[in-house]
Amino acid sequence: MIALELKGITKRFGSIVANEGVDLQLKKGEILALLGENGSGKTTLMNMIAGIYFPDEGHIYVNGEEVVIRSPQDAFKQKIGMIHQHFKLVNVFDATQNIVLGNGKKKFNIKKSVSEVKEISEKYGFHIDPGKKIYDMSVSEKQTVEIIKVLYRGADILILDEPTAVLTPQETDKLFAVLKNMKEDGKSIIIITHKLNEVLEISDRVSVLRKGHYIGTVNTSETTESELTEMMVGKAIDLNIERIESEHVSDRLIVSNINCKNREGVKILENVTFTAKSGEILGIAGIAGSGQRELLESIAGLQKIDTGEITYIDPESGESVNLRDKTPTQIRELGVRLSFVPEDRLGMGLVGNMDIVDNMMLRSYENGKGIFLDRVNPSNLADSVISELEVVTPNSHTPVRRLSGGNVQKVLVGREISSSPKVLMVAYPVRGLDVNSSYLIYGLLNKQKENGTAVIFVGEDLDVLLALCDRIMVINSGKITGIVDARTVKKEDVGLLMTKTFDNDAKEVEDGGSNE
Amino acid sequence: MAEVTNNSGAKKLHEPLFHITRKSAVPFWKASLIRAIAIFAALVACGIVSLILIGKNPFYIYKTMFDGAFSTKRKFWIFIRNAALLLGYSLAIVPAFKMKFWNLGADGQVLMGGLATVACMLFLGGKMPDAAVIAIMLVASIAASVIWAVLPAIFKAFFKTNESLFTLMMNYIAMGLVTYFINRVVKGGSGVLNPIGYANLPDIGGAQFAGRKFLLTIIIFAVITAFMFIYLKYTKHGYEISVVGESENTARYIGIGVKKVIIRTLILSGVICGIIGFVLVGGIDHTIRSDISAGRGFTAILIAWIAKFNPIFMVLMSLFVAFLEVGSGQVNTVFQLDNSAFSSIIVGIIYLFIIGCDFFINYRILLSAKARETLSKIGGIFKKKQTREEPEETVGEETVLEESDKTEDGKTESEITENDFETAAEKEDDRI
Amino acid sequence: MMFFVFLTSAISMGVTFLYGCVGEIITEKSGHLNLGIPGIMCVGGFGGCLGVSIYMQSLSSPDNANWFLLIIISMFFSVLFSAMFGALYCFLTVTLRANQNVTGLAITTFGVGFTNYFVKNINMANFTKASALISYSPLKGKLGEFGDIFVSHGFFIYFAIVIAIVAALVLNKTRVGLNLRAVGENPATADAAGISVTKYRYIATIIGSMIAGLGGLFYIMDRLGGHWEYVLDIMGWLAIALVIFTLWKPIISIFGSILFGGLYIAGSYITGLSIHQKELFGLLPYVITVIVLIITSVLDSKENQPPAALGLNYFREDR
Repeated sequence: MIALELKGITKRFGSIVANEGVDLQLKKGEILALLGENGSGKTTLMNMIAGIYFPDEGHIYVNGEEVVIRSPQDAFKQKIGMIHQHFKLVNVFDATQNIVLGNGKKKFNIKKSVSEVKEISEKYGFHIDPGKKIYDMSVSEKQTVEIIKVLYRGADILILDEPTAVLTPQETDKLFAVLKNMKEDGKSIIIITHKLNEVLEISDRVSVLRKGHYIGTVNTSETTESELTEMMVGKAIDLNIERIESEHVSDRLIVSNINCKNREGVKILENVTFTAKSGEILGIAGIAGSGQRELLESIAGLQKIDTGEITYIDPESGESVNLRDKTPTQIRELGVRLSFVPEDRLGMGLVGNMDIVDNMMLRSYENGKGIFLDRVNPSNLADSVISELEVVTPNSHTPVRRLSGGNVQKVLVGREISSSPKVLMVAYPVRGLDVNSSYLIYGLLNKQKENGTAVIFVGEDLDVLLALCDRIMVINSGKITGIVDARTVKKEDVGLLMTKTFDNDAKEVEDGGSNE
Repeated sequence: MAEVTNNSGAKKLHEPLFHITRKSAVPFWKASLIRAIAIFAALVACGIVSLILIGKNPFYIYKTMFDGAFSTKRKFWIFIRNAALLLGYSLAIVPAFKMKFWNLGADGQVLMGGLATVACMLFLGGKMPDAAVIAIMLVASIAASVIWAVLPAIFKAFFKTNESLFTLMMNYIAMGLVTYFINRVVKGGSGVLNPIGYANLPDIGGAQFAGRKFLLTIIIFAVITAFMFIYLKYTKHGYEISVVGESENTARYIGIGVKKVIIRTLILSGVICGIIGFVLVGGIDHTIRSDISAGRGFTAILIAWIAKFNPIFMVLMSLFVAFLEVGSGQVNTVFQLDNSAFSSIIVGIIYLFIIGCDFFINYRILLSAKARETLSKIGGIFKKKQTREEPEETVGEETVLEESDKTEDGKTESEITENDFETAAEKEDDRI
Repeated sequence: MMFFVFLTSAISMGVTFLYGCVGEIITEKSGHLNLGIPGIMCVGGFGGCLGVSIYMQSLSSPDNANWFLLIIISMFFSVLFSAMFGALYCFLTVTLRANQNVTGLAITTFGVGFTNYFVKNINMANFTKASALISYSPLKGKLGEFGDIFVSHGFFIYFAIVIAIVAALVLNKTRVGLNLRAVGENPATADAAGISVTKYRYIATIIGSMIAGLGGLFYIMDRLGGHWEYVLDIMGWLAIALVIFTLWKPIISIFGSILFGGLYIAGSYITGLSIHQKELFGLLPYVITVIVLIITSVLDSKENQPPAALGLNYFREDR
C-alpha cells in the first residue's frame, strides 16, 4: 500500500534547479530515509509535500489519488505533517498554544486541548509540560512540541527534516524509539538526514537524492554505508577525515574561571577554564545553545564577562597579553592575531548585501589612508581567496548573499585565515555545506594546525569532532563537564557529558571520559 | 498568498493560476526602465485625477505644470532652488537612514536651526557687522540642530529607544518653541514675525542676473551633495554606516562602536539640518514660521528611499518632486483652486506608484500551464501590451481604485506574460 | 469640583487617542507597523463629516435629525474611507511587498493631502446641531459633576471603550486572536500551521484602520463640536506612541489614553498661567511621549515586547 507518491517533481529557483523529475514512494507504515548531501534538494522536495513551495512540474499522489497541495492547509487535509529543521514555533506562546495554532476544525478550548496533548504524549512516550513557554524550552523539548503538533492534527504521514542534527546521542535514541512507536501505530514517516549510521539504524528503506535528481531507493537491510555514500556523492569517496599529528604544542590561550550572565541575569558561562594550544585542534561539543557562542564571543571581545581571565601567550616573545574586557579593535591593536568564524555567517561574519571586496575589507578597513578607504588591497585579497578556495562567483563584486552556502563560508574562512592567525575560532563551520566544501574546510583547519595555530572548533557532529580534533571539551549549560582526548574517547561518553547533570568539581579533567 | 488563494478557484484539483518568486539581480537599466514606466503611469493617473478634480483637459494641466517650472527665468530659478532645498533635507537624513535610523525629525531639526538663526538676526543684527552676525548665525544654527538630532540618537544608542516617534515628537516640540518665541518677541499678538533686514545672506551675481537670489542656496547644496556622495562611498565613516545599517552584529564583530557611529552620524545630520535652517532663514525668508519646513522632512524620506540612498539619484528625484510641487502650485494659481492640498494629492499618487513598482523589480510571476494556454488563446489581444507595460497596469489599478472605484479586469493577465520570461533566483533582502 | 470637570474632559479628549491606539494595536499584532494611521485618522474624520453632511442635507430641517441614523451614517462613511486607505496600505505592503515604514509615511502624506483638499467641498451647515446630537447623553448633568465623569459622554466614547474591551477579549481569548498574534510574532510559523498570513494581515490592518478612522470622526464631530481643524495627524502620531506606552494591550490603552487626554488639556486647566506659559504647557503631551518612550525602552522585558515580526513583510518562498 503506497501512502505517498511523487512523480516527476521539478522545482526551480530562477536559474537554480532544486529538484528535477524526482520520483518517490512512501509505503504505509514504513520509515523511509531520504538521504542526500546538503544542497541536494531534500528539504525543497519535502517542502512541496508540506505546501510551503509549489512544484513547477509534476504530480503528487496520496493513497493512490492525485492531489494538489497549494498550502500547508492542503497538506493537513491530506494528513501530511512536516517537522521543519528550523522549528516553526511562536516563542511567546506556550506548548499548547503552539500545538492548537491554526487548527480550525476543533472548537477553541485550551483546557480540552491540554488534556489531548497529554493523551498524545502518553500514547507515544513524550515528556512535555503543556504550559511551558517556548522560550524557556530546550531544543529537544521544542522538537517534541513540533511532533505533537503534527500528531494533534491527525497526520498519518510525517516528514522530519534533519531531526537529529541538534540532539545528543541519547536524545536521538529516545526520538528513534518514539518514531518506532508511531510506525507501529500505522504512521508513515519520512526522515531527512545525511548521517549514514542513523539511516541504517532507523529506516526500512532509503531513497537517495543527488543534485536535485532522484538516484534510487534501496532496502536498508540490503545495503551498506559505502553503497549509500556512492549513491549520495556519485563516486566512491573516502569519508575519513584526516587527523595530522600535532607539533610544537605550547599554551597559546588560557581561559580561567570565566563567568558571565545574559540580560535576564541567567548565568550562561560558569567557571569555564581551559587552555587552547598551538598546533592543536580543540573541539567543543555540546547541545546547541549551551554557551558555545558566548564562550567564543567572550574570547573575541564581544561578550562582557563578569569574572575570570583570558590570557593570550605571544608565540614570539612568550609574553602574556590580557584579553579581558578588550574590544575586537583593542585586541587587534595589541597585535593579537585572533580570527573568528562565527556561527551566523551572513548575520555576523559577513554583510550579505555587500560585495566580496567590501566584505574582505571588514577586518582591515581602518588601514586606508586618512579618512578614506583603500579598496585595492581588499580587492587583491578577494581575488586570491576566490582563486585559492575555488569560490564560485561571477566576480569579486557580487554581493555575498547571492553566493551558495558553501561559497559564503569559503569567503568568510578565507578572510579570517588570510591574516595568518595564531588563534582561530570556528563555530559550526560546515553547517549546510556539501561534502566537498566540508572537506575543504577540514583541510584548511588542518593546515592552520600544521602552521602552529591554536584552533578552536565548535561542532555539532560528534563523528566529525572525534575524527578531526585532538582534544574535545564538552560544555553543558555553560559549564565544562569534561575535556577528553579525542583519539581515545567513545562517542557515547561524550554524549553523556553533554547531558549530565552538573557537579561542582567537574572543571577540567584531562584525558578522561568522566570524572565521577 | 493572496495571489494563490484568490485565483485557486473552487475545484479541488485546480492548480493556482500563478505564483510569485524572487528575481535575481535585475540589470540596472531594466530597473530604471520599470521605474520610469511607473512614473509615466503615475503621471497618467495624476492627469486623470486632475481631470476629475478640475475638469480640464489633462494635457492642458501638464502644460500648466510645465509652465510652473519653466515659463519665466524667475520660475525656473525658484524651481531649482526648491529642488536644492528638498535635496538638502534628503542629504541630511540619508546617512541616518542608511544606518536604518528612522529620523522623521528633519523638520524639527531645521526649525531649531532656523530659530537659532532668527534669534541671532534679531538680537545681534545691526549691533555688529553683518559678516560677523552671519558667522554667528551659522554656528548657532548648527549647534541648535545638532542638539535636536543627537538627543534621539543618544537614547537610541544606549537604550534602543524608538527613534522614529522620538524624532517626530521633537518636531512638534520645536514647532511649539518657535510659536512661543514669535509670540514672545512680536508685540500685539499677530503671531507673525516680519522679515528682518539685518544679516541677510548676500546675492550672487549682478543685478541683471535672474538667479542672483537663488544661486547661493543652490551652490551650498551642490557642495553638500558632492560631499555626501564621497562620504558615503569612499570614506571609513561611510563604510561603518553601511555595516551598522546592514548588521549591528557584524559591526560589533569587527569592533565598530555602534553607539559611536549612531551618535556621530546624527551629529552630521544635525549639521546639515543646521545649514538648511541657516539658509532658509538667513538667505530666503529672513523670518521664521513654525511651518517653515513645509513638510519637506517627510518628502525627503521618500526621495531618499526611492533613490535607494544614492545621492546622485536623489538629485534627480528632488528635481522631479520639486517640479511636481511648483507645477501643481501653478495649477492652483491658474485654475484658482485656492487650495494647496492639490499638490499633496499629486505627489502622494506618485509616491504610491513608485513604492509599488519595486515589486516588479524584485519579483516575477509564474503562470501555470493552464493559464498560459488560456493566455495564448487571447494572446492576440494582448500582444501589443507585452512591451513592458506591467508596472503601470497593476500599480495604476489600485490607486485609481482609490480615486474612482475602477475595478480589475483582464489586466493582471497581460502583465504576466512579460514577467514570465525573466530570469529569477534567490533571496533578496531589501527591508529596512 | 474643577478636577471632575477636568477628568470628564480628559476622558473625551483621550478617546481620540484610544481609537487610534486600539486600531494600531490590532494592526501591529498582525506584524504591520502602520505609520499611515495619522493620515487614516484624517481620512476617517473627513468621511465622517461627509456622512454627516449628506444626512443633514437630506433633511428638510436639521431639527428632524435622528440620533441613530446620524451615528450610523457618519460611521459608515468614516469607516468606508479609512478602510479604503487601510486596504491601499495592505495592497502595497502585502501584495507588492513594499517597505512598511515608507508606505505608511506615503499614506499619511496622501491621506492628509486628500483630506485637506476634499474637506473644503463639504457643506458643513448645521454641523453644530449634528454634533450636539452625536455627543448627546440623556443623563448628562443629572448625577452631578462626579457622575458626569461617567455618564455625560456621547455614544462614541462608550463605543471606543467597548471596542477596546472586545479587542482585548478577541486577542487573548479566541482562536482568531491566537492566530493573529502568531501572524505578528512569526508569520512563517503561522503559515506552516495553515493560517493565511495575507488574509490576517489584510483584515487586521483594515479593521485597525476603520477603528482609527472613527477617532477622526469622534474628534471633529464630538470633541470639537463639528468644527474642522487640521490637527488630526498629530493625534495619530500620539496614538502610535501610545501603543508603545500601553505595551500592546487594549485594556491598558483605555487608561493610557485618558492620561494622554489629560496631559493634552492640562494647560487650560491650570490657573494662574500666562498665555505664554500655556503655550509651553501645550508641549506637554509631546514631552511626556518622549519621556514615556525612553522609560519603556529602559525597562524592557521579555513579555512586553512588540510583535517579533513587526515591520517585516512575509514572503513564503523567502528562506
